[in-house]
Amino acid sequence: MKYLDEFRDPDLAKRLLAEIRQVTTGPWAVMEVCGGQTHSIIRNGIDQLLPDGIELVHGPGCPVCVTPLEIIDKALAIAARPGTIFCSFGDMLRVPGSDKDLFQVRSEGGDVRVVYSPLDALALAADNPDREVVFFGIGFETTAPANAMTVHEARRRGLPNFSMLVSHVLVPPAITAVLAAPGCRVQGFLAAGHVCAVMGTAEYEPLVREHGVPVVVTGFEPLDVLEGIRRAVVQLEAGRAEVENAYARVVRPDGNPVARAMIDQVFEVCDRAWRGIGTIPASGWRLTDDYLEFDAEHRFDVGHIRTAEPSRCRAGEVLQGLIKPNECEAFGEACTPRSPLGATMVSSEGACAAYFQYRRLGPTPVEIRR
Amino acid sequence: MTGIDPSSWSCPAPIGRRSTVVMGHGGGGRLSAELVAEVFLPAFANPGLDQLADSAVMPFAGGRLAMSTDSYVVRPLFFPGGNIGDLAVNGTVNDLAMSGARPLYLSAAFVLEEGLDIGTLGLIAGSMGAAAQAAGAQLITGDTKVVDQGRGDGVYITTAGVGLVPDGVEVSPSGARPGDVVIVSGTIGSHGVAILSVREGLEFGTVVETDSAPLNGLVDAMLAVAPAGVHALRDPTRGGLAATVNEIAGASAVGVVLEERSIPVSPEVAAACGFLGLDPLEVANEGRLVAFVAPEVADDVLAVMRDLAVASGAAVVGRVVADHPGVVVARTGIGGTRIVDVPLGEQLPRIC
Amino acid sequence: MCLGVPGQVIEVFDEGGTRMATVDFGGVVKKVCLAYVPDVGPGDYTIVHVGFALTRLDEASALETLELFRATGLLDEELRDPVAGPVDPAPPLGGVGR
Repeated sequence: MKYLDEFRDPDLAKRLLAEIRQVTTGPWAVMEVCGGQTHSIIRNGIDQLLPDGIELVHGPGCPVCVTPLEIIDKALAIAARPGTIFCSFGDMLRVPGSDKDLFQVRSEGGDVRVVYSPLDALALAADNPDREVVFFGIGFETTAPANAMTVHEARRRGLPNFSMLVSHVLVPPAITAVLAAPGCRVQGFLAAGHVCAVMGTAEYEPLVREHGVPVVVTGFEPLDVLEGIRRAVVQLEAGRAEVENAYARVVRPDGNPVARAMIDQVFEVCDRAWRGIGTIPASGWRLTDDYLEFDAEHRFDVGHIRTAEPSRCRAGEVLQGLIKPNECEAFGEACTPRSPLGATMVSSEGACAAYFQYRRLGPTPVEIRR
Repeated sequence: MTGIDPSSWSCPAPIGRRSTVVMGHGGGGRLSAELVAEVFLPAFANPGLDQLADSAVMPFAGGRLAMSTDSYVVRPLFFPGGNIGDLAVNGTVNDLAMSGARPLYLSAAFVLEEGLDIGTLGLIAGSMGAAAQAAGAQLITGDTKVVDQGRGDGVYITTAGVGLVPDGVEVSPSGARPGDVVIVSGTIGSHGVAILSVREGLEFGTVVETDSAPLNGLVDAMLAVAPAGVHALRDPTRGGLAATVNEIAGASAVGVVLEERSIPVSPEVAAACGFLGLDPLEVANEGRLVAFVAPEVADDVLAVMRDLAVASGAAVVGRVVADHPGVVVARTGIGGTRIVDVPLGEQLPRIC
Repeated sequence: MCLGVPGQVIEVFDEGGTRMATVDFGGVVKKVCLAYVPDVGPGDYTIVHVGFALTRLDEASALETLELFRATGLLDEELRDPVAGPVDPAPPLGGVGR
């Protein structure tokens, strides 16, 4: 695949690793915020290849892990309604609500469908005028343009049976919250490359100035992740703190203004409760009043949700990098991928699930560091 | 053949008095008999079936009998390169072959949805007959039931099969040993991608077709060149290579180290998995096997595999180790290490 | 949150007033919405996320970045400490070539 395979070249990876080893005295703790980057790190085994002086802390960058429990429960309630077609990205189907997940709702008769794009849900609405079609609009800034356009199109094409359950979350407030938490040991950040493709890089400047932490906009292929880490470490070693763009082929400093214009038209900033972490002010997007008619929370009476998170779950502390998964008492005992207590054990790039995999290796000749 | 082109298939079923399946076709009376006579007999064509008795009685040489059964509920019924029919035959043939058995006889039970077009059923039956013939097996008995419209997906098929395991052949999932070479018979992920490409909500254009094929001839050839050296065999269907290698690692209480760079994936399958966010290791195959082979005969086995069209892309993908029993580890493209776990369930496209 | 894959625009067309394209991901083609990338046209590469093109992939920049990587660590190869190196390749697996 063009422009993917080249950034997986093993020889170039070795060069970048050698370079990283050369510059690192450390120790440094660097956080990648994006779930896609966590996925790439685990998938390629990058964290084990890094020198001892670099610790990668997996941040709250996965919508599966951070979508508020209340929203999940609302999704489950809506999906269970007869006559409703509930559409979602695949990631969300296994996320546990207070007592079940979307898969279970489907097995109990709910019409739950996985789609690749929100436009597919819109097409379903057009093809099924007598059914309510609801799309689970989760994601970070990367997905907001798609969701915004879909709502915009629903109005333009006159599809009153379509609505969206919106739960967008924003990266910069999450980084601020991580930095503000007592016990935070993160010294540098890899910013999410595709989020920045939409939002640009300017919003990280105040963060960098105020907290003195380097922020490197990073891509997703192994070479991209290594280069992002390299640049962050170079800054840390030199005592610098700047916004750098290591994903220049995709990210421009001003992002995508056309996409942002649509986002501004359809969404507005709101407070958002991040699962396990708590409410972070001004950290989410919701539909504006102008688009209230397409807001599933407004259309369906799902106000009486009582959420119940297992009290033993410490996913929030894991997401902020305050504890490692194996420092949680429930880890590997009451909480496993087969019977997860929290979202970080469900998601394939949740830190807890990732740690769980590696402990299965037991004592081996290969040193596994996480 | 690229894409689905049912018009190129010859339909053995003349369009009779009825063109769709009705409840009566499952009733055991005249309509059922019509269905058998007009659709199944011509498609399956063999003396066992022609007995039309409650059970088919066939000669059997004696020895060890292998038996397997599977149900097929794939949607859509027709997908690039195949349909539910040949899938149902090849699937059971292959399960028998994975024990080293030579497939002999198959049964096919159909649950049909009222309203199914009989021409469609004819096409499926025709594919089954052809697949059985290609595998050298016979469909000797069957059954048909019909359910109300809306209570089925058109067709569900359950096939069972029996085969003969030749003397001296000992192939089992618990047979893998440290030092064994892990061989895959060709590129992985084609079947799953072919299905996804025509699944509602995900449709995409691709030349990828299912790899559905009988593997008994391949197994025979491998056992002929290394009768005691093929320790374990499995076909990586649901859950893909990841599930299968884990199953054998677990059953044999051994560890496996895979070399990702050696695992053959076609560029088109890689591209499809890329944009959907799927791992090719977890995507289904229907015409591939994984073999755990003694190292001293691995070269010979690989050579004989590559001589056959169904395994011309065979490749060594890993080795069995004594470390971390039951755990499968892969060396990644860039030289890192990752655990390859059993997939939890359905492979779902992701955004994250 | 960010599965975005590069693909090449093959054909641009209008669908119900929206600018769409057929995008080739290397043997897989999919219909993609181009509304957010008015500057992207046939032959261009773009990053696609959930059916939407988000940005044009700057090919010159991509090649530049790869060149930079190739120039990296040239001297370090001689200096590299084998103990600190990545896990050594496993002994050759049995089998006739690849």
